[in-house]
Amino acid sequence: MSRVVVNLPQRARRGEIIEIRTLAAHAMETGFRRTHLGEPVPRDIITRFTCSYNGVEVFSADLHPAVAANPLIAFSTVATESGTLEFRWTGDNGYSAAHSVSIRVD
Amino acid sequence: MTTRRRFLVLAGGALASAAAEAQLPPNIEALRKAALGDAVRKVTGGAQVRRGRVKLDVPPLIDNGNTVPLSVEVESPMTGANHVKAIHVFTEKNPQPYVITAHLGPRAGRARISTRARIADTGTVLAIAEMSDGSFWSDSVSVVVTLSACLEDGLI
Repeated sequence: MSRVVVNLPQRARRGEIIEIRTLAAHAMETGFRRTHLGEPVPRDIITRFTCSYNGVEVFSADLHPAVAANPLIAFSTVATESGTLEFRWTGDNGYSAAHSVSIRVD
Repeated sequence: MTTRRRFLVLAGGALASAAAEAQLPPNIEALRKAALGDAVRKVTGGAQVRRGRVKLDVPPLIDNGNTVPLSVEVESPMTGANHVKAIHVFTEKNPQPYVITAHLGPRAGRARISTRARIADTGTVLAIAEMSDGSFWSDSVSVVVTLSACLEDGLI
């Protein structure tokens, strides 16, 4: 149901800056549209995204209706130690999605 | 085949959306500018925003306002003492000025984010970087939108 894609290198050198790209499948309904009967379509968006590296939050973002459907968020972090990166998306109508990726740091 | 009932439903919908259109206040431009100003003040707390150190990358000519690739890069050493705390992106012509707020820290290594935005109309896109020393830096780009987000979707 909640499909997400995360792209980052599986291995990195200690101290290297790694690029992380994330996508979540979501319509990001703005709440400004109307049906053909003129009724407003209620807002349904992802409002928050967080990335934790071994339990420590390293990046987060607040999203608004002006973020396109299937929101792409790309950012970077320093590879400090081997472990897990956990990604979490939350939004309207109880939307929640999570994904984790392990990384090996030499 | 268009039955009478179907026609009435469609016509009613068109009228309703025309009415919604008509409800936009005549001074919409000034209102949106004020909304943008308020949004910026909420972020900066009235502090001065200087131009520079921020590079906002948006295509100047946008075919489809529904997905506009944009990236923001800020010149910063990203150390514990001197880093970018947050990057805020706003648009001038959308119903709401906010696009995205990214919270960064020294662990980002480099102050660069990318995303895709919806842009409703020809106007300005503004990026503001909030530094750890409390200063604010900005960059803005004027964009031309041929197919607008939001409005074209009005009758689905």
